[in-house]
Amino acid sequence: MPIGSVPPKYKVTIDNDLCMLCERCIENCPYGTFRREGNKIMTFSRACTGCHRCVAMCPRDAIDIEEKPVDYRTHPVWTREAREAIYNQAQSGKIILTGMGNTLNVPPIFDRLLLDACQVTNPSIDPLREPMELRTYIGKKPRQISVKKTAEGDIDLATQLAPNLKCETPIMIGHMSYGAISLNAQRSMARGAAEEGTFMGTGEGGLHKSLYPYQDNMIVQIASGRFGVDIDYLERGAAIEIKIGQGAKPGIGGHLPGEKVDEKVSKTRMIPLYSDAISPAPHHDIYSIEDLSQLVRSLKEATEWKKPVFVKIAAVHNVAAIAAGIARSSADAVVIDGFRGGTGSAPRVFRDHVGIPIEAAIAAVDQKLNKQGIRNEVSIIASGGIRDSADVTKAIALGADSVYIGTAALVSLGCRVCGSCYRNMCPWGIATQREDLTARIDPDIMYKNVSNLIHGWTLEIAELMGAAGINSIESLRGNRDRLRGYMLDENILSVLDVKTVGAGAE
Amino acid sequence: MKQTRIIDAKGMHYTPLNQEIRAAVKEGVTEIILENVNGQRFIGNGLRGEDVTIIINGVPGGDLGMFMSGPTCIVHANAEHAPGNTMDSGEIFIHGTAGDAVAHSMRGGEVYVRDSIGYRGGIHMKEYKDKCPALIVGGGTRAFLGEYMAGGILIVLGRGKDKTPVDERGVGTGIHGGELFIRGEVPNHLLGIGAAKKPFTEDDREKIRPYIEKYCREFNVDEPELFTDEYVHIGPSSARPFAGKYCWE
Repeated sequence: MPIGSVPPKYKVTIDNDLCMLCERCIENCPYGTFRREGNKIMTFSRACTGCHRCVAMCPRDAIDIEEKPVDYRTHPVWTREAREAIYNQAQSGKIILTGMGNTLNVPPIFDRLLLDACQVTNPSIDPLREPMELRTYIGKKPRQISVKKTAEGDIDLATQLAPNLKCETPIMIGHMSYGAISLNAQRSMARGAAEEGTFMGTGEGGLHKSLYPYQDNMIVQIASGRFGVDIDYLERGAAIEIKIGQGAKPGIGGHLPGEKVDEKVSKTRMIPLYSDAISPAPHHDIYSIEDLSQLVRSLKEATEWKKPVFVKIAAVHNVAAIAAGIARSSADAVVIDGFRGGTGSAPRVFRDHVGIPIEAAIAAVDQKLNKQGIRNEVSIIASGGIRDSADVTKAIALGADSVYIGTAALVSLGCRVCGSCYRNMCPWGIATQREDLTARIDPDIMYKNVSNLIHGWTLEIAELMGAAGINSIESLRGNRDRLRGYMLDENILSVLDVKTVGAGAE
Repeated sequence: MKQTRIIDAKGMHYTPLNQEIRAAVKEGVTEIILENVNGQRFIGNGLRGEDVTIIINGVPGGDLGMFMSGPTCIVHANAEHAPGNTMDSGEIFIHGTAGDAVAHSMRGGEVYVRDSIGYRGGIHMKEYKDKCPALIVGGGTRAFLGEYMAGGILIVLGRGKDKTPVDERGVGTGIHGGELFIRGEVPNHLLGIGAAKKPFTEDDREKIRPYIEKYCREFNVDEPELFTDEYVHIGPSSARPFAGKYCWE
């Protein structure tokens, strides 16, 4: 029996009194939501993804898009999403793909953590007239240092320091590969990161030539597919990251469909044109923490121990023990990606149901490494659902050294988080390789949006730190006494190692 | 002109050993002989140099020639796991057996193993334009041979094997490019999802001939049947093995 089609999610209407028939909506919507019939623009709401490109480009504000009221019988358990997923799978027998981050209504713990501020006895610091130290070094720190006196009476550092990344802000841009996103999006973010003295990840898609000018601000990634990886690639990166897991899809690999592997992507990834780029779930040379250690060391050996090596894992139940293993693997930083992390494409069931929140993961890892006396062995980079400078500050207070942003950086380029990244038709020119669409981003202009975003957040972090009487990011890191939990149960507070609101300092 | 340097690796950690190798290459040495190698990992990792040959007397540890771009490594013993891991170009000859994940994700160049190899041989090898990696195994292999292969050529000669040289499961699971040629027979139930048997043609025989000739030359093997016997040709059943697995939200 046919199930029939499901109702459209959005209702698109045009105010014909305002519309001047310029047809920009038709040009801008790759999904075919608009067409002209005589002296009217007609709409096909069923095609709309809610990306808002048409609304943004309409010179007369003649377009309205609203979420269409659910016309199924209202039910608290059998939601529209639950029912439509079943219709979809009953017809296809396939795995449902989706894009961007978790869409379930799971309240972020960040929103239930409140930051501290100084009042009378302990004055706050004014960032306008006091120096605020936000520079962050990512990499191994020595347990202790030794110095020696030179013949001239100067003091020299005798301890050999491990290579670190010097970031002027604790905000970096996470890994989004060329293939998953467009080169113009990557170029905008790379230049924006470089302007702010921070770093951006290449993702597992190789490093396109046009990004070479920013290579000193790029972290190259090596994942199970090893796409685009050769010694030249490894040497160009400021650091190397091994991707084991991703917050949006812990435990599974990646898959860039052949449609997105055009000539430039094929050249950068070093794979044939239009072939699927499959990254299997495990690295086939890593089946244990010892094997991981071997890959870390082989990367260091290949690059003559000049570059920090990071290991990225998804936040999962046993994340603290895994991170402790990574800390002992010679890695310089562990990247933890929480379950609200974004993606270009993931099975919906994974994105929404696998993994744990980044807030709990950071705190658990920081505590575990501290207890074992090896917190200095690795930096912690947190990612997955960082939405503003408050999230960054709270993540650092929970124990992170710095954060990666992903979706936030894309939003700074215009992304409306419509979640259709896997269709290769992103109207904002971000998650697509279609040249007519990628041309919508001019990296020489859009980089400023990225740089502005990081700059603005960095200013806010300085203000938040000053309000809490802290003038150095070092003093904020793992400083849980600057946080209080609001409407969080005792168990979560215990995992976070944070006191409840109303509790004073000990 | 050939310039040779001998390095005694006895008791040496792999990092100073690699530093000595790099320094020698930088000085223009074209042949490096490593004596008393005993499990040192990462030999030749990321090393460049088209005209450089490293002769290894002893057993190298894991990841021999990983990310290597150009040099030739000749091992006069067995090798540990993953020789040729993510190798870019160059050649590795192993006069003995090798461990698991031989030629893992190899992008270019050739790996020849005189005898047998372990699990996951040639896993995820890939190719791009003129870079077509090759793995030639003289003996047999264990399970998961050529899984996720995205390109390249993998030849198993089955020397010294009575029956099939590959008698464990998972041959070519998820393969979406490249080809396997296995001398003798491979039962259908050993093929993984996405792998398919194809006719072994005279063109195929000509295609694998130069690799077998090189194998025989390097390891001093004179077995004419390697050129005349039948091979099983395995390739991807589709270039898009997972295209039908997903639907949209």
